[in-house]
Amino acid sequence: MNLINIPLEFYLALSAILFLIGAIGVLTRRNALIIFMSIEIMLNSVNLTFISFAIYFGDTIGQILVFFVMAIAAAEAAIGLAIVLALYRLKQTVFVDEVNLLKW
Amino acid sequence: MSLTYFFFTLLSILAIASAIITISSKHPIRSAMALVVHFFMLAGLYLTLNAQFVAVMQVLVYAGAIMVLVVFVIMLLNLGNDDSLEKKLQVKHFAGIVLSGVIGLTLIHSFINLNPHSSYFPTYFVEFTTVQAVGKTLFTNFIVQFEAIGMLLTAAIIGAVLLAKRKLL
Repeated sequence: MNLINIPLEFYLALSAILFLIGAIGVLTRRNALIIFMSIEIMLNSVNLTFISFAIYFGDTIGQILVFFVMAIAAAEAAIGLAIVLALYRLKQTVFVDEVNLLKW
Repeated sequence: MSLTYFFFTLLSILAIASAIITISSKHPIRSAMALVVHFFMLAGLYLTLNAQFVAVMQVLVYAGAIMVLVVFVIMLLNLGNDDSLEKKLQVKHFAGIVLSGVIGLTLIHSFINLNPHSSYFPTYFVEFTTVQAVGKTLFTNFIVQFEAIGMLLTAAIIGAVLLAKRKLL
């Protein structure tokens, strides 16, 4: 097994930066599809943290958890995009600030 | 400056740049294409960590399945340019950027000050990153969870079909 000569903190700082970018996307964009993509960026940054700690501690379970996270993300994308389609059919928009059915 | 450093720097700069393009471009299809680039860069980063199984799954599941779904929905809805980006860049957006900046700076600060035993990855003499090792653990210790994931995906497919149907039952 070859040596990885990059410090662990580099990977962790990179995943923190990616999580930050995803959080900015979720909080500032109003297009439901772009909010979905930002959530995918955040999930991916968490996966990167999982993998770097798993390799650092010499553990296989971290990779299996990432596999489960990917399966959950696939289910979430299918359900979420179906909700966006139903919403578009109902309101003719994908902007989340024009959907205020539950607001009173 | 070794080759690993070069690849890590290149991949991380491209990953951050494509993530910024994803959240800032006006047209959703441009965001989707930048997100595909982002997923490929993360697969490369997993390869620098010797996690080959996760890298292949990243390309197959994210860049393959999920992005096809997203692009399909964007084309189905025929979305145009998003004018609301420059129309109202206001207090709401500023507050969002500041709040997530606080979260991100906290994360970066706690990660930098982690102080592990050694910053560098230790050398293990047991093969634990190969597909063989991952598969062995997945199908012995995690078999119940694996079957549960299968049931969850079936439920998600049925739910997506029901939600997207024109008339509910």
